[in-house]
Order: sequence, then C-alpha cells, then structure tokens
Amino acid sequence: MTALDRIAELQREAEAAIAGATDPKQLEGLRLHYLGRKSELPMLLRGVGSLDPSQRVAVGSAGNQTRKQLEAMISAREAELAGGEIGERLDISLPGSPPAPTGHLHLITETRRDIEDVFLGLGFSIAEGPEVEHVEYNFDALNTDLTHPSRARTDTFYIDDATVLRVHTSPVQVRAMIAQPPPLYVIAPGRVYRPDNDATHTPQFHQIEGLAVDDGVTLADLKGTLLAFARQIFGEDREVLLRPHYFPFTEPSVEVDVSCFNCASGYLRDGSLCPLCKGSGWLEVLGAGMVDPNVFAYVKDYGYDPESVTGFAFGMGIERIAMLRHGIPDLRLYFDNDLRFLRQFGAR
Amino acid sequence: MLVPVEWLREYCDPPLSTEELAARLTLTGTKDERSFRYGAKKPDHLVVGFVRSVAQHPNADRLRVCTVDVGEAEPVTIVCGAPNVAAGQTVAVARPGAELPDGRTLTAAKLRGIVSEGMILSEDELALGSDHSGILVLAQGPTPGTPLSEVLPSGTDVIEFEITPNRPDCLGIYGIAREAHASTAAPLAAPPWSDDPGTFSGDAGGVKVTVECPDLCPRFTARVFDQVTIGESPLWLKARLLAAGMRPISNVVDSTNYAMLLSGQPLHAFDLDRVAGAELTIRRARAGETLETLDGQVRELDSDLVVIDDADGPTSIAAIMGGARSEVSDSTTRILLEAANWDGANIQRSALRLGLRSEASARFEKGLSPGQTLEALAVTTKLLIDLCGARVLPGTIDVGGPGPDAPQLTLQPDRVNRLLGSEIPSERCEEILAALGFDVLEVDGALRVHVPHFRRRDVTREVDLIEEVARIDGLDRLPATLPPRNGAAGLLTQPQRLRRLAEDALAARGLSEIVGWSFADPALLDRLRLPAGDRMRNVVTIDNPLSQSLSIMRPTLLASLLDAARYNVSRDVDDVRIFESGTVYRAADVLADEHHALGVLLTGAAAPASWRGGPRHEADFFAAKGLLEAVLGIAGVEFSLERTDWAFLYPGRSAAVLAGEQRLGFIGELHPGVAALWELGATAVWALDLGLVAGAAASTTAYKAFASFPALREDLAIVVPETVAVGDVIATVRAAGGRDLETVELFDVYAGEQVLPGHVSLALHLEFRADDRTLTDDEVATERAAIAKALAERHGGELRA
Repeated sequence: MTALDRIAELQREAEAAIAGATDPKQLEGLRLHYLGRKSELPMLLRGVGSLDPSQRVAVGSAGNQTRKQLEAMISAREAELAGGEIGERLDISLPGSPPAPTGHLHLITETRRDIEDVFLGLGFSIAEGPEVEHVEYNFDALNTDLTHPSRARTDTFYIDDATVLRVHTSPVQVRAMIAQPPPLYVIAPGRVYRPDNDATHTPQFHQIEGLAVDDGVTLADLKGTLLAFARQIFGEDREVLLRPHYFPFTEPSVEVDVSCFNCASGYLRDGSLCPLCKGSGWLEVLGAGMVDPNVFAYVKDYGYDPESVTGFAFGMGIERIAMLRHGIPDLRLYFDNDLRFLRQFGAR
Repeated sequence: MLVPVEWLREYCDPPLSTEELAARLTLTGTKDERSFRYGAKKPDHLVVGFVRSVAQHPNADRLRVCTVDVGEAEPVTIVCGAPNVAAGQTVAVARPGAELPDGRTLTAAKLRGIVSEGMILSEDELALGSDHSGILVLAQGPTPGTPLSEVLPSGTDVIEFEITPNRPDCLGIYGIAREAHASTAAPLAAPPWSDDPGTFSGDAGGVKVTVECPDLCPRFTARVFDQVTIGESPLWLKARLLAAGMRPISNVVDSTNYAMLLSGQPLHAFDLDRVAGAELTIRRARAGETLETLDGQVRELDSDLVVIDDADGPTSIAAIMGGARSEVSDSTTRILLEAANWDGANIQRSALRLGLRSEASARFEKGLSPGQTLEALAVTTKLLIDLCGARVLPGTIDVGGPGPDAPQLTLQPDRVNRLLGSEIPSERCEEILAALGFDVLEVDGALRVHVPHFRRRDVTREVDLIEEVARIDGLDRLPATLPPRNGAAGLLTQPQRLRRLAEDALAARGLSEIVGWSFADPALLDRLRLPAGDRMRNVVTIDNPLSQSLSIMRPTLLASLLDAARYNVSRDVDDVRIFESGTVYRAADVLADEHHALGVLLTGAAAPASWRGGPRHEADFFAAKGLLEAVLGIAGVEFSLERTDWAFLYPGRSAAVLAGEQRLGFIGELHPGVAALWELGATAVWALDLGLVAGAAASTTAYKAFASFPALREDLAIVVPETVAVGDVIATVRAAGGRDLETVELFDVYAGEQVLPGHVSLALHLEFRADDRTLTDDEVATERAAIAKALAERHGGELRA
C-alpha cells in the first residue's frame, strides 16, 4: 500500500467515525486517535522527508489536506453536539416578522416615471410649469385662434379673464423656450384640466408634453423618437403609424398610433376581434407634429427664429397609456383611490 | 362625415376595395372612423317580379295571394299584405335566401296556411325611403328575374370620415373624391358644378337682397326659379341621401341637401311667393328681439345673431334655422334658392348658444370658402330643372363676391426635405400639389403655387404646402431617425430627484400613494376649522366650476388625503396608510402660489401585526414622526419640531417642522372634531413643502474619517420632571458630553412606582470614542460627571443608580 492510499483510507475511516460520534468525549478520543502527536497521520507527515523525492510533494499535500478536513469536521460535529436539538424544524410557511409591508406608487406616478425614464435616456430633461396659467401661454402663444372653441367656458376652467387652469401641458413648451435658447430637449409631465366628467373624461388628468428644438430637427426624427418610446413602453416589437392630423400649434401635425400589443393585426389567436384595438391592429396613443412657425414667432426674441430653427412637439395622456397597458376600464378609478386599486400597481 | 362609397366612386374610382380605400385615406389624413353597409347586404335573391294575378287569402282578410313571375319556369306564390298590390304591376321581390337591409334573411314561410315563396318589397324594406304604406311599384319594362340591382340602387358601403376642422373642403363628397384622387392617383371626374345651367346676367326675377353685416355674411348668392312642381325625389337620390344620413323630404329640399352633401356648401330654398316684398335683408339681430323658430320655440336674440328679414320682418336665423313663414310647401311653384357664406366662429357660437346644430351649421362653423356658394348653386340649379321641372330665371344675385384672391406661395423643394427628413423630388411635390387642386409653376427650381379658393384659409404659408406634400407622399415612407441632441443632458433636477426619493421612501415603508382631486369644496376651510385670515383660506377659486363643491383649488393635501381615507374606511378598511405627492394652490397677485407638497395620513394601526405578537402601535404622532424622520433623513435635512397649535390638529400633539428657521410643514394628530367630520378615528398626518425641503437638503456629502479606536459604552438613567422635553435633555447631554461623545440614543422612557410623581426616568445609551487614542475609564467618568452636572443644572435632573 502506498502512502497516498493509506492517507485516503485513514480519511474514510476517520470521517465515518466522526459522523457516528454521539458525545463530546468520544469525539475527543477520535481527535487523539487520528490527529494526536503520536497518531499515524502526523507521523506519516513527519516522515515525508525520507520518501522518494518524486513522492514528497504529493504525499505532503494530501496528508495536510486530510488533516485540515478532519479537524474541520471534528469542530463542526462538536458544534452540532453542543447545539443539542439538532433537526428542530421551522414552519417556513409562517410570514416574515416583523412584517415589512410592500407599499405602492400610484399607477399614474408609476406610468409617468416609466415614460420620463424613456425620454431621460434619450437626452430630454423634465420641465415644469404652473397649473394655474396665463390665457396667453395656454392659448395665444400656441397659435390658437381667438375664436377657437377650446377657449369657450364650456371647454376651459377660468380663474379670471386672463387666467385659466391649463387645458394641456403645452404652455410649458412656451415657458421652456423663454427660459432657454435652443438646442432644447424637454418633456413636461403634469396635471391638466377640462370640464368633462364621464367614464372616458375626468375634469383633471395628466399629460406629458415633449419638445425638441435644434439645428435640423425633422419629422423623421419625431418618428424615430416616438418609435423608441413605443418600443420601451409597449414592447420591443412595436411599430408606429403617423397619420396626418390637425393641431393649431404644429404643422405638419400627426396622430400617432402604436401597433397593438394584444393581438396580431386586429385578431386574437382564437380568431376573435381584439377588444383592445377593436380589430384595427393599432392603438391611438398621442398627437404630435413639427412646431408651427407661429409658435416660434411668439418666442422669437429668445433665440427661436422660425426661419432658422425647427422642432417637434408631442403630447400624450398618462391615464390613456396606463389604461392601454393595464386594461383600466374607467378613468374614474384613478381618482377614487380605493386601496384595492392602489395595491395592484407600483409596488416598492 | 358619412360618405356613400358608391357616390364617391362616381367622381373617383380607384381600383381598391372599400376597406383599402378607407385605409389609404386614413394614411393621408382623412381618418376612417367606421364603415358599414347601407341597404341590401348583397344583391343575391333580389329580383324584378311581375304580378300576374292577385286573389284574396282564404283565411285572412288583409292578405292577398299573388302569382308572381320571377323569371323562372313557373310563377311563384307570394302572400302579400300591402293594400296597393295589383295584377299587372312590376315589383321588387325578395326570394328565400335574400338578406334584407334590416338584417333579416328571408325564408319560404307558411302564412295562414299558404306557403309564400318570397316577399314583395316596400321602399322602406329596401332602405330607399320611409314609405311603408304599400309595396314599391316599379316602372314597367324590366324582364321578370332581372337582378334588382340593375334597376334600383341596391345598397352601398358607407365610410364615416373624421374631418379635421382645417378641412371644410372635405365636408362634401367631391372634396373627398379630390383627396382620393391625390392619394391613389385614380382619375378625378370633372366637378359636378362644371355644368351650370344658370346665368349671371339678368335681374333674377327682381328679387332684392341687402346685406347689412358683411363681416358676418361675406357673400350671399341666390337664384330664382318658377314652374316648380313639388313631388317626391327619384329613388337614386333618396338612396344617396339616406346612405349619407339624411331623410328625404321633397324633391326641392332633397335637391338642396344633395348639393350640400356633394359640394359641402349648405343652401336654403324659400317659397318666393311667401317672401314678403320679394326682398331679403341680412342683419344683426337687435338685443332683446324675439323670434319664433321652426320648432315653435320663441327665442330671445342678441346682436351676435344674424337674422334674415323680408318686408314683414324676421323670417329666420341665418345659417341656423329657417323660418316657417317662407318654407317650401306642396303648393310652392316659385323658389328663391340661396347659398351664402357666413363667419364660421359666429355661427359656431350662435349654434351653441341656441342649442341648434344641424348639418348646415356644422359646415358653416368651420368657415367655408365664399367660392363654394356658386358651386352649390350650379349643382342645385341642374337638379331643380331635372327633377322638379323648374325653369331658372336669368341672373344670379351675388352680394359680396368671391373675396380677395388666395395668395401665391413659393415652395423650395429642399425645404420640404429639410423639415421632413425625407428625399422627395421636386417633381413629386409638384404632382401632389396639382392633384390637390393647386396651380403649380416651376420657376428657377422653386415652385410657385396658387392656392385654390377652397383651401384659402388652411394653406397660407410654405410650411402648409410642405404638410400637403408630406401627407400625400405618405408618412409611412419617412425613415425613423433620432434628433441630433446637441447639448442634451437627460438628467433629473435635484428637486425632481428628491421627489422620487421621498415617494419611494414612503412606499418602501408600506404606504400607498393616492392621487387626489385638485378641486375642493369651499366648505373644507370651515371643516378644517381654519380661522379667519389663515393663509390656507387664501384659495384659488374657479369662475366656472363643475359644481360648487368642486369650486376651489385645494390649499393643502389634507383635502384629498382625508377624502381618500374616508373612502377606504367606509369600505371596511381599518388601517389606512397613504401619502400623496402633488400640487397645492393659494391665491396670489399673478397666477397662483403653487408648491409641490408631500403629505402622509395614517389611521388605524401604524404597522401590520406580527404573528409573534408584540404591542400594537396606533397610528399616532410618533408613527407619523418616524416617517417624517425617514423622508427628511433621506433628503439630508436636519430638522426640528416646534410646538405649534394648528387649527385642524390635536392641541398639544402638533408641531411645525423646521429646518433652521425655515418652516417646512406641519405634523400632528388630527383634531378629533376634524377627524369625526371625515368619519375617522385617531389619525396622524404631516405635510411638507417639497420645494423648501429640496432647498434645505444637503448637497454633496463630504467624507468624514471614522476612528478605528474602540468605543466605550455607557448607559445613563436620569430622572427629570415630566415637563422637560426629551429633545432638550438629549441636546444638553450632547453639549456637555464634549467632542468624544459619539452617539446618544434614547432607549426607554419610564414613569411609575419607582419614580417620583410628576417625573419620568429616561434611559440613554451613550458611546464615547476619540479619533486618536483609546479612551480610558477615567476620561469617560469625567465626561459623565460633566453631563450629570449639566442635566442637574438645566433640567433638575438626577442620575439614577
């Protein structure tokens, strides 16, 4: 039998004995028997020098390793025996204690932050403006005709003749341009107001406005930006469809649809019409366009010469985005603040 | 706008299905809202029949048994209930299997014992009119068995398009046809008004028209007709009106409606014999003037409304509602046909004010082109001659004329591509604009563009021409690129970052965020017991609120937090732990004083119970204070509380939150009287102005070296009168403890048997550490003695053994 074989044999023997030990005294006896000064393994290690040089290293290292392992095993077994009640089982199904309850951001906040993060990543900053706003910023500066129906008291909350609750986040565009010359990349999330109240309209709701003004910004840039947005918010396979539309503050103006994430071209797998996009394959998500030169003309003195700068703007409803993503059936749920609703979203 | 596709295809007939055509037009800006089938679903099993004989049904007085030749080897038996059925009639027959416009599929059926192998149809059943009094009798001629679709309008697809307010030219079939032409390159037929039987010289029967308010009525045109025979319109015309959503009335009225649907320009026909003095005056109404309109209502007018007078006074409200006095009737033989142009904004306000919106006012309010008036007159003239036997008198009344020419614009093709990011060649721009009816001439590489009258309001600048090119060329062909983003940063500001951190901190501690209403009830101010002159009473008031109870802007987040708490408590939720992060408003000289606030409300248990037991903590002052400490700790704001009584908080359990001298907000338990108004039990709240918190927040934290020498720990028990604030005791300990006192922690507060009455025992845990050596017991004993002395002197405190 070679020295290496003998070491392996000693290890097997000792391990079995240690595992079977039932009291500390017996364990101490085993320690002396296998690792004591006069026992076989230390003797063997001390005699390594007399071995054939070709074997010295292998035997020395195997012997030391075994000694360390046996020492560790004896200590571990010692601890087990000292611990007494080995094997006491916990009911691991009991809840943690003390409870650390999960709280929740409101779905509007969570959605708003998701959208903000997309645009922060694209290089946009977040601009803010007052909700009680000048008529001038809310309408005039945005190329809204004096006779435009949105100015009517049936469509806008007035504080006085010159002051309104903003009907959109667009006045922040004007404020941002006055505050900073181009290049300008901002989004403006915020609360807006219109006097409607039913399942699909609440008198307050939330929008996110976007504005990019720079040297040579194009409609194609708007398309690419909104495509990036659509893919991050609704899934990486999404496409966008720009449909020509009309808004006073952009020209050209577009409505932007995102391909439906719930179906394939309008139909579910079972062949039925998709309830989300109603079979069109597209979801109407936001309005956008190239900033109308008349809007730039209003802030011309702040570095926005309509002849030299171009820009795009867009606006979307946060409630609508959340509604699409989470299947919210009624806008009023957002503002009832029923904890059974709140606790479904935004866990932190 | 409802567009019967069969009608549209008369002017532009691209080789596309209805669905494809709708999709194409949607992509070029005329959005398909929905489409449906009007009339017979399909032409099968609908045939011409010839009634050979009619016999009384043996078992039913009101039924006849007809033998009808339907082109088959043998005539068939059809039971018919119509009173007008008679032998020798050519009729419309539905055979078993036919799908009728109302959705029924016909089967052979036994009627009182006799099998009927089909049905003889009425106008109503064919969706060609509303007449259900009898069957439709066709002109003699067609062979029995001829498919009905060859002799009658047999149903059409209808697309409802959304027309944006800048495109009133698309409120007519021909305008849509022009869009279809530009979008698909299918040929466009000549406009229906190119063939005008009317003339422009002559006095139009001597009728006089005076316009007193040309600002509101820029153009008024009219023609006069005699020898008019009032009757029913032909089926093809009725079918088109019905498919477009209008009810047929008589050949004259139907002709004006048909012309409106085709051209976009509404018209009105007066019975000229009932126009007193054969003269019309268009003028602003006088304030207080009243007029009985067609619907029998007496309406009070104001000077924003325009009325049309004849010699006997007002007959109608211009562009909105005609008058009964000069309405066309069965006995009418002479007609004054009017097509006028009105100020769109004025019509919109007037229609809204009177609550009267019609197909006509809906078109006028978009601001039509004065040029459209003559187009509509031409179309109607032809129809009146063809359908009513009318004769048009020479001459056309035209007050106001076509107005100034539309301006000439220049389009630089490279600017198209610079704005769009496209590569559209100049020839394509030219082609698109020409297809849309613009006159285009290339001069030195630029396009000189003459805008047609019907786009005069909408297209006034180069950028408007670029939009035309973009939408027709197809936005789907644009590449998707990202903007240059020169100087873009994409960072949150410090206050924005803090807002997120604070919200996350509260959510991470188990609170749910609410989003409440900005609107509040003015009664809120009294319910919060705010005294007169309180800052929060200085509210922003909405001039036209949805209701009185939603008429002010909340001056504090308490408004929505309390409402949300009540909502949930009333739904059997015992423990409510919520917060809100949002704007509050106070009145200011300019706009409003708005700030972003963060508010917390706790009621019920402060934390969920553990199955391991332990005391239940109520949502009290200290539960709220813990959350306040967490949020301000995260913000890096050193704060203090100053005992302050707030009207809505529990006296003695409320405080102002301060950062230095700056007041950041309030904290406290809700006044029981206030809580009761919201049906709440013990409730704790706080609210902070997050803008001020951000201002007080630590900026970059500088590294502080920490010593590696061991600490000496000491516990200290001290008895002080219960009137002494713990915070003051700790401050005294800190001050007296010197620079080596690292930590002071309160771990017990005790009052009871072992302590003098009126006193409390505080247990403090102290840690001393020097950064340059290991402290000795003697050194710590000295510090401890100094602390004891300070406590005794300042608070009458006594160390307990």
